[in-house]
Amino acid sequence: MALLEVRQLKVHFSGRGGWFSPKTRPVKAVDGIRFEIEEGQTYGLVGESGSGKTTAGRAIIGLLPITDGSVIFQGKDLAASSRKGTIRFNRDIQMVFQDPYSSLNPKKRLLDIVAEPLRNFDRLSAREEKRRVQELLEQVGLSPDAIYKYPHEFSGGQRQRIGIARAIALKPKLIIADEPVSALDLSVQAQVLNFMKDIQKELNLSYLLISHDLGIIRHMCDKIGIMYKGRYVEQGTADELFGNPQHIYTKRLLSAIPLLDPARRDERLRYREAVRQQYERDYARYFDAEGLAYPLKPVSGTHEAALPEKG
Amino acid sequence: MQNGLLTIEHLTASFHISDRYYAAVDDVSLTVRPNEILAVVGESGSGKSALALSVMGLHTRARIEGSIRFEGQELTRLPAPKLNRLRGREMGMIFQDPMSALNPLMVIGDQIEEALVLHRSGMSKRERKAKVVELLAKVGIAEPEHAARRYPHELSGGMRQRVVIAIAVANEPKLLIADEPTTALDATIQLQILELIRKLKRDSGAGVILITHDVGIVAEMADRVAVMYAGQIVEIADIHTLLTAPGHPYTRSLLRSIPSADHPKSKLYVIQGVVPSLDRLPRQGCRFRSRIPWIGEGAHEDEPAMHEIAPGHFVRCTCYRHFYFPDEEGTRHGAS
Repeated sequence: MALLEVRQLKVHFSGRGGWFSPKTRPVKAVDGIRFEIEEGQTYGLVGESGSGKTTAGRAIIGLLPITDGSVIFQGKDLAASSRKGTIRFNRDIQMVFQDPYSSLNPKKRLLDIVAEPLRNFDRLSAREEKRRVQELLEQVGLSPDAIYKYPHEFSGGQRQRIGIARAIALKPKLIIADEPVSALDLSVQAQVLNFMKDIQKELNLSYLLISHDLGIIRHMCDKIGIMYKGRYVEQGTADELFGNPQHIYTKRLLSAIPLLDPARRDERLRYREAVRQQYERDYARYFDAEGLAYPLKPVSGTHEAALPEKG
Repeated sequence: MQNGLLTIEHLTASFHISDRYYAAVDDVSLTVRPNEILAVVGESGSGKSALALSVMGLHTRARIEGSIRFEGQELTRLPAPKLNRLRGREMGMIFQDPMSALNPLMVIGDQIEEALVLHRSGMSKRERKAKVVELLAKVGIAEPEHAARRYPHELSGGMRQRVVIAIAVANEPKLLIADEPTTALDATIQLQILELIRKLKRDSGAGVILITHDVGIVAEMADRVAVMYAGQIVEIADIHTLLTAPGHPYTRSLLRSIPSADHPKSKLYVIQGVVPSLDRLPRQGCRFRSRIPWIGEGAHEDEPAMHEIAPGHFVRCTCYRHFYFPDEEGTRHGAS
C-alpha cells in the first residue's frame, strides 16, 4: 500500500464577485488529480505558475480546504475531516517552504523555531527539548551551539536547512517541499538537494517535491506528474517522462530546458520551434473547448497521459 | 581589444558600510562589442548587478573609480544632463522585476511614449503614437492598439516584461543591459523573451550585456561570458570554450553543481564554504582560495592577475593550473 494516495483531489475557490459584479464561476485550481507516493520515494509535481501544483501541496497538508476527493495517508482519509471544516494537521506530514528568508520568524531564536512542532505535538521538558533541537541542528549540519542565534545570522542555504530541521523534528513520514531551492544560488542549491537526498535515506522519508525546474525534478524524483490548469497532462516515472513524453504540453516543457552545449544551439532552436509549431497546431486536439486537459489514459504500466479521444 | 562599444577599465564600485567603503565591484575590466551578447554570470553578492548599475550611472551612493567608455566617451565624469541623454537613447536597460520597473498609474502606451518624448523631440504626437504601436507589435504583443491603453496590472508577467523591453529599445539603443530579464517568468515565457532579445540584437546590431545567475540561459544566449566571483571577474571566454574547457576552479565547480536533465541521479558537486560578505572579504590574494582548501597555498598568486591562456580566454590567478576536484585526487596524484 502506498504511503499517500491522492484520489480525484479537487480544490476550488468560490468566485465571489466584487461589489458590482455578480458571483462568478469558481476557480478550479486543482481539478481532479490522482497520484500515489510510496515510502522512501520522491514524487515530483511539475507545472508553470497557475498550474495548481502549490495549491495541491497546500491542500494535502491541510493549509487549504479540500473541495472534493480523498487524501489517504497511511490508510486514513485526511480529506474527510477537511470537508467538515475542522483543521487537520498530521505530525507525519511536514512542509518545507520556498523562501528561507520569510519562512523563519526573524524574532525567534533557532531553539524556538525548531522546537515549535515539538511544542505542538510532544510534551518535552525544557532540557529534553533543548537536547532534541541540538540533535536536529547537528543532523542538518549546523553547530548545536547555534540554538540561541537568530535566522539573520545564517546564509540562505543554512536557513533552508533550519527549515528542514524544523520539518523533520517530529520524524515525519512525508515532507512536502514547495520549490525548496528556487531562492538559492546554484552552489547552495546543490548542497541542499544533496542534503535532502541524504536525509531521505537516513530517515526513510518520502517527498512530494513541487518545482518548475525540470533539471531538479529529474535529479530528485522517482515519479513525476505534470500539471496544467489544475489537471494532469501526464504522469509516469522520470525515465518515462523524460525519455518518452506523450503529451504535446510535456514535449513543449521539455524542449524549453536549456542545453549546456553551445555547439548544438541552432539544432536546439530548430527543434524547439518545431515543437512550438506542433503545439499550436495540435492544441485544439490535445485540450478541450475550455483549454483543459482530457482524462489520463494508460500508456504503459506506470505511464499515463491525457491524450485526445482518438489517436 | 578593439572595436569596443563599451570599454570598462579598472572599474571599482564601493559602498559605504558602517565605517568605510567596501568594493562590490573590484577592478573589473571588460569590453562589449557591437552585435554580441556578453553574459555576466555570478551568484548573489558577486557584484554582477552592481556592475550593470554602475555602467548605467544608477549607483548614486556608490563611489566609482576607474573608467567606463561608451563609444570613446568617458561616462564616469559625464555631467548628469548629458548622461541622461545617453541613457534611454544610446543605452537601454531591462530590469529584473517588470512590475516595479513600470508605473502602475500610467497606461503602458504613455510609458513607452515617455521614452520617445524625452529623447526624440522631433517627433510629432501622431508619429509617437504610431511608433508606440509599432514597438508593442515588435515585442510580440497582440492587438497593440488595444494593449497600449492598458495598465501594467492588467497584463501578465511575460507581457509586462515585453513592455519593459519595448521601452528599453524604443530609441534603438546601441547597448542594451538586461539584468536577470527572465528570472520572474515561466520557462516557456522565458524562452520567448530571450528569443526577443536575440532578435533585437540581430536586427539592430546592438551590444548586449546579459546579467544572470542561470548557466542554462548563458549557454543558450551568450557569445562571450564573464564569470564573476566576490566582485572580481575570474574568467572570460567565448561561450564554447567556457562550457567545454573552463579554466578557473570556480567556473569548473559551478558547472559541476548543476542538476542536469541529461545526466540524472549522480550526486551534485558542492563548493565548500560560503561566499564571504562584502565587509569580510579577503582583499589580498586569491578570493576563491578558502573554497578549495585542498589546493596548496603555493598554487595561488599573491596578487592574482588575469592570464590569457588561449586567445580571448582569460583566467584569474594561477591556481587553475593546479586545481583538481577532491574525487579526482587518485587520478591526479602527483600533480603539482
